[in-house]
Parts: sequence; structure tokens; C-alpha cells
Amino acid sequence: MTDGNGIEVRGLVREYKKGPRAVDGIDLSVAPGEIYGFLGPNGAGKSTTVHVLTTLLPPTAGTALVAGYDVVKDGPRIRGLIGVALQEAALDPLLTARDHLRLQATLQSVPKGQRGSRAEELIHQVGLVDAADRKVQGYSGGMKRRLDLALALVHTPRILFLDEPTTGLDPQSRTDIWNEVALMRREAGVTVFLTTQYLEEADVLADRVGIIDGGKIVAEGTPAALKAEIGRPSVHAIPRTEDDRPKIAEFLARFGEPLASTRDVAVRLKEGLGLTDIVRAVDANGIDIGDLELHAPTLDDVFLAKTGRTLDSAQEEAESAKQEARRE
Amino acid sequence: MSATSTQVGAIARRAIVRTSRQPASIIPPLIFPIALMAVNAGGLRASTELPGFPTDSFLAFALAVPFIQGALFSTMNAGSDIARDVQTGFINRLSLTGLGDWALLTGQLAGIVVLGVLQVIFYIVVGLGAGVEFESGPAGIAVLIVYGAIVALCFGALGAWLAYRTGSGEAIQALFPVLFVFLFISSMNAPRDLIGVEWFRIAATLNPVSYMIEAVRSLIITGWDWQALALGFGFVIALGVISFALASRALRTRMTRT
Repeated sequence: MTDGNGIEVRGLVREYKKGPRAVDGIDLSVAPGEIYGFLGPNGAGKSTTVHVLTTLLPPTAGTALVAGYDVVKDGPRIRGLIGVALQEAALDPLLTARDHLRLQATLQSVPKGQRGSRAEELIHQVGLVDAADRKVQGYSGGMKRRLDLALALVHTPRILFLDEPTTGLDPQSRTDIWNEVALMRREAGVTVFLTTQYLEEADVLADRVGIIDGGKIVAEGTPAALKAEIGRPSVHAIPRTEDDRPKIAEFLARFGEPLASTRDVAVRLKEGLGLTDIVRAVDANGIDIGDLELHAPTLDDVFLAKTGRTLDSAQEEAESAKQEARRE
Repeated sequence: MSATSTQVGAIARRAIVRTSRQPASIIPPLIFPIALMAVNAGGLRASTELPGFPTDSFLAFALAVPFIQGALFSTMNAGSDIARDVQTGFINRLSLTGLGDWALLTGQLAGIVVLGVLQVIFYIVVGLGAGVEFESGPAGIAVLIVYGAIVALCFGALGAWLAYRTGSGEAIQALFPVLFVFLFISSMNAPRDLIGVEWFRIAATLNPVSYMIEAVRSLIITGWDWQALALGFGFVIALGVISFALASRALRTRMTRT
């Protein structure tokens, strides 16, 4: 499992001197070629885990093997095998993309004759051809992230760590990054360890997701399996008028268990039923409905079920705790 | 070429490129020391009439000061650049490569040395243009350039230490006035034996900056004064050894990689 491109973590703990346990005894395995999404709110322990796995922080306890090597004993060897894009796109504002790529290629021991061509190849791959010779200080957030990704790939790593690669990006830039990550896995078979606070990102990209909260992994599995654990999809009908609501509620009750909602009329579908069954019945019975929506369970529902709060409220809690700490 | 020297070269090239793209890092170390020297040379010209003053050209006497004042700018530039790398996380990017601690430190200081050499050449050209005669001749000028490089390296290491230790650009800025106090309480404007105020004379005698200035001054106005040169080089190298040791230790702490 840990040979080749895998990651194996057992009982990993990281404590800071004057703080709580940022990572509190986590176990996880990432198979070679897998995209593993590490989902959680700010302060959950995602970045600390990445720092330990990328050899930037020693663990307080537990073991972590990356590509078969121990993060404590084999730091230099691991650094040669992994590519890392940390949370802040740590770029030099006075250098160009080409300067960055050449510097990174040299420091990562890419043979001299290949540095220029590798830089060129990556500039094309991440779509920075027109901006390659411009100073990074003029780049947008999305361009910086794409360059960051290119830098992580310079030495053709076997495992890629991406710490919140799309935080703060606009939807188009986010989609561009997702496409790049998916392409790398597809074409190069790279293992990807991706942290994110975006449910959609974990859902779209990850083969498996680990949900972390308060330094502990509270759920792990494929997005589909995690959502299936929570339950069946729900159907939401929006009445044209308030007077229609009782009639629609009575009609939909045939298809599943009613759900509390003020905006619409909703039911959790019975096993084996789908939206098409309801649409056919609506037509057949001449029921007048403003709109009909199918809601599949989301990873947010999973987070809610496992932690008792939504990811958004967890983010708000983390943010207010941070502000409180600043005031003190 | 070994892997380490390749890495040092790559980091040095980055430092030089960065410096060349920041006119604010290049122009003040060239202009301000010369401007201060011009003001002092105008106001203190009468000092040359004091009995025992070593030269009749105050400009030749004062030309030594920019060499050390420029080094203070080297400290600030090296410190500010490194503090920025810490603050932006660029140091983590470097930590994740095969770059050695020693290669990173020397590479980052290489850009400062290049700027230091340019500064020294500029001061020498200004001096020659203003009619200063270098008593030690062309060989002395060559020694001045080497001395300027060593001074920039050693003072740069001091800035690097503070930057790795604090990771704060503000802390580096706060150091500047402290260094200036050392410069002003030295023999920058008068030979030590002609300083009339006793506490000032004692402070200037205890201040290593006086000997760093006097080494330069000796090459300009005396010729080959081996004692002055030994003291100047000795204090600069001692500062360098201490600063490098502190900077290396602070760098290892900063790069907590396994």
C-alpha cells in the first residue's frame, strides 16, 4: 500500500506548544493514483496534516509513510518525490512565471538540458503562455494558483499535495484548476492529496473523501457512499400559490416521508422511486406545481450528520474563534 | 559543477534579478551616502586645518564613510528580502526542494554582495571624479572593492539573521536607526585622537565601526597601513563569523523540515 505512490498514516498527532491538538490521532490511507479529498472547516487540522505529510512539520506522535518513506526519517527523499502547492501561493512578486519555473527546476535537480523545455511545457499546460514573461505581481489569483500548480509539477512528482488550491478563486478559475488536477491524475497517474473547505470540490474531484473536524477524521469513504449513508434523495415541490400547498403535500405523501420546509413541500423519496415517477404522476393527475426539484444528499448533509452542524456554521465558528483570539 | 554550487548559483541569480527589478533597493544605497558625504565635506572642511589632521582634503577623509553606510543598506536590503520570503511563505517553497540551508543563506546573500560591489565601484568613481587621490594606487582600489564585498556579505548576514529570527520586515526597519547610532558614534567625521569630547572619544575607540572606516580611510589617504587594514578586516570578519553562525542557526529553526 505504501510502496510507490501511496500514503499511509497511523495515529498521527500534532500538538502546538500553546494550543490544542491540531491533529488528534488520525488514520488514513491513500492508494496510488487516487485523488483523496480532505474536507473540513478552517482550523480543522487539514493544513497541519499537509505540513506533516510534506515534511515541513514533525509529528508529535504516530507514523506517516509517504511513497513508502517515513516523514520523520526520510524527509529529503520524500521531498524529491512529492509536489506541493501550499495554501498561500508562495510566489515572488518580482519574478516572472518563467523565472519561477527555471529556479524550481534547478532546485529540484531537473537535468540542465531539460529545464527550459520542462518550463515551456508547463507554461503551456497551465495556460500561462501570454503571461510567462510578466512579473507575478500583476497576476490574478487564478493565474497565481495555476503557476503554483505548475511549480509543484516541475520534477514530475509521484504524489501531489494541494492545500486548498481554489480558495478565494472565481468559479471559472476554480474549474480550470479542477480540470488540471483531473488531467494530471488521468495522464500521469499522480496520487493527489487535496484539502478543501468546498463541498463541491471534494464531490467533483475526489475518489474518496475524509471529513476532518477538530483534528479528528469523522467520516471517510467515496462521496457516493458517504451520501448514501445519510439517506435517499428528496423531492421539493414549489406551489404556485399558498392555497395549493395542502393539496400538493397530500399528493406527494404517497411518494415518501414528508420533510419540514417553509419554502416548499418536500418528501424524502421511498426506496426505488425517482423524480420521473413523480413527474409522470403529476401529469397523470393534472396537479399544478410551480416547480419540482430533486435534491440528492450532499456532503454537507454528511458533515451535519457526523458533527451536528453544517460546514458553513463550522466555518463561522472557526472565524469567530479566530477573531476572539486576536482580540485577546 | 556540484549540486550545491548549482543551487547557490540559482538562488544568487534570483537575488540579483530581484534586486535589479527594485530601483528602490539600488538607488538609495548609491545616492544617500554620497549626499551625506557631500554635506559633511562642505560643512566640516575647516577641520582639515586642525593640527594633526591627516589630510588637507576633507572629501578624501570623508569618502570612507559611504563604504560603511552602504553596508548598512546591505543589511536592510538582505533582511527585508528574506523577511518577505518568510512572510509570503516562499521560504516553505524553498524548504520543499533539495536546497541545503547553507546554499540558501549564501545564495540569498550573493545578490547583496553584487550590489555591495557596485556601490563601492560607484563611490570610487565619484571620489576619483571629485579629484580624490587614492594613496594606495590601483592595488588599493582593488583591495577596497574586495573589502566592500566582504563588508556587504558580513553586514548582509546580520540582516539575514534578524530576518530568519523574526520573519518581520518591521523588525528589520527598526534595526536601521540602531546601526546608524554605531555609525555616528565612530570616527566617521574626525580622527579619534582629535575628538575633543572625552566620552565620545572613548565610545568611538570602543566602536568596531571606527576601525572598519579607518581601514578604508587608510587606503585612500595614507597608503598601506597594515595595522589599520588588519583591524578593519578583522572586525568585519569577526562580525561576519558571528552573523553567519546566528543566521545559520535561525535558518535551521525557521526551516523546521524533517
